[in-house]
Amino acid sequence: MSATLARWRDSDLWHSFTHSPVALGATLLAAVFFVGAFGAPWIAPHDPFNIASLSLLNSFRHPFASWTYPLGTDEQGRDMLSAIMFGTRVSLLVGAAAVIFALVAGVGIGLVAGYAGGWLDGLLMRIADIQLTFPAILMALLIDGVFSALVPRDRHDSVQIYVIVLAIGISRWPQFARVVRGSTLVERGKDYVAAARVIGIGRGRILLGHILPNVLGPVLVIGTLTLGLAILDEATLSFLGVGLPQTQPSLGTLIRIGDDFLFSGQWWVTVFPGVALMLLVLAINLLGDWLRDALNPRLR
Amino acid sequence: MPEPLLRLAGVTRRFDVSRPTLQRWLARERRQFLRAVDDVSFAIPAGTTLSLVGESGCGKSTVARLAVGLLAPSAGEIQFDGQPLAAARADPGQRRRMNMIFQDPYASLNPRWRVRDIIAEPLRAFGIGADVPGRVAELLGQVGLAGADGERFPHEFSGGQRQRISIARALAAAPSLLVCDEPTSALDVSVQAQILNLMRDLQQLLGLTYLFISHNLAVVRHMSDRLGVMYLGRVVELGPADEVFAAPRHPYTRLLLEAVPDLERVGSARTPVGGEVPSPIDPPPGCSFHPRCPLAVDRCRVEQPPVRKLGAVEVACHLAEAGAD
Repeated sequence: MSATLARWRDSDLWHSFTHSPVALGATLLAAVFFVGAFGAPWIAPHDPFNIASLSLLNSFRHPFASWTYPLGTDEQGRDMLSAIMFGTRVSLLVGAAAVIFALVAGVGIGLVAGYAGGWLDGLLMRIADIQLTFPAILMALLIDGVFSALVPRDRHDSVQIYVIVLAIGISRWPQFARVVRGSTLVERGKDYVAAARVIGIGRGRILLGHILPNVLGPVLVIGTLTLGLAILDEATLSFLGVGLPQTQPSLGTLIRIGDDFLFSGQWWVTVFPGVALMLLVLAINLLGDWLRDALNPRLR
Repeated sequence: MPEPLLRLAGVTRRFDVSRPTLQRWLARERRQFLRAVDDVSFAIPAGTTLSLVGESGCGKSTVARLAVGLLAPSAGEIQFDGQPLAAARADPGQRRRMNMIFQDPYASLNPRWRVRDIIAEPLRAFGIGADVPGRVAELLGQVGLAGADGERFPHEFSGGQRQRISIARALAAAPSLLVCDEPTSALDVSVQAQILNLMRDLQQLLGLTYLFISHNLAVVRHMSDRLGVMYLGRVVELGPADEVFAAPRHPYTRLLLEAVPDLERVGSARTPVGGEVPSPIDPPPGCSFHPRCPLAVDRCRVEQPPVRKLGAVEVACHLAEAGAD
């Protein structure tokens, strides 16, 4: 264990990380969001879901006016800071789940297409190409619409979060599949694969044991960048009103609710969730960019 | 004479090199085939080395891949230990008796695997040996590496050391036949000799049979019992290595031997092998060597020379004589 740790501390990646102010700053920012989001039930100043503690007397408090409500309150007297912490939690969970779905599906399809070749490769990649001609958000809207029509109306709210994860996940797999297919085509021609075939190793074990570890580098980078996109996708869907229900508000839902009060002067209800969303996605994208450069041997 | 361990009879391998269907249809082209290996026959008795030499693109690497079943022949038959190769490969007990060493030691070891796992892969695949770590250490010692090297990754080794790892992996399942596809051509000259000596020592120790592919005649001279010369997918001369070196009968073999640097003949005029190897997609009619052959006569341009047995040597040339030299 300590040997693994020591090797990690000697690695190029660690060196590049500790010598990049952007990476350190982005990590710090992301860490603040992670701690705030996943520690929300314990460290948030208020519980925005506890109706008993809400009072309309507290509605629309201005931000920075008191320590009790540092970022103000919304029309029902909910503390904006707490709402943002819980909302970030939902956004991160949905985004991460969608990326994991897209990653597993895309990597699997890419490996199979690249290794099998022939008509199967052609079919899978044409599906990916066709999907890439639509904006991902349009795909997600379409999938969301189809699923919503299939689910009975009274169960909408309880399954909506899974529908959103699936919609975003399905709309984001082609990038993973294309990159993995390309790397698989290169790797399968190398002699270490031939060496495994000579001793009769089966296709599945060659794909998972030999090729997969060698194509994962770029997948890590795309995964990080896609996490930012997936969070934005979810926020867009929620802003359009087809995303998460108000009982599980994400950052996008908060922005939509606040949008109603923007022109009546209560700007903080929509601006603070918006700024939080922007900073969260910025931190993730900066990390993704750094990772891409750090893993690219040509830029060393 | 004992049963040969590997026997190829009339083996041909074509590759489809035509363009994709739609493009070919639009351009009204026919399918195009590349004949990488054309009617090749030879046998390797157990415990001996047969070398195949030839220029780039003559099909020798394809023969290596055919011999271990990485490619299937388009025509002809390959037998391993008296059994059709496909049947032998379907039986794990026979499949473990063949393995291969590759040309490029930088591509033939999985960069993400530790050396001990690379070497142990055949052991685990065939489920042999209770003491895998012990066997790996033994193999590392056999190829001249330290036991601690097993913990490292391939990129921490030089080309010669990597080729030693390749050899250890190939030996892991105690094979009888090793197909070596230019195992030293990617290495420095000083390292080449070490690897070749190691391979020869291992042959004597373990009674290995080698099919040895090379373009380097000096390397081949060091290794071979028998020698085959390939040109454009065909074996043009095949016989005991001493005899082929001492009295080459095919004009192509002579030109190749002429081109080998020789300390005793420094400064003497040499005839280089002129011209380029013709395209195997559209080989010349008759003897495929005739466009470059200094001795070619009219017959060579129309009639493909059959393989003839002249003493111990088989030659595919109209003009070769039994007592050529």
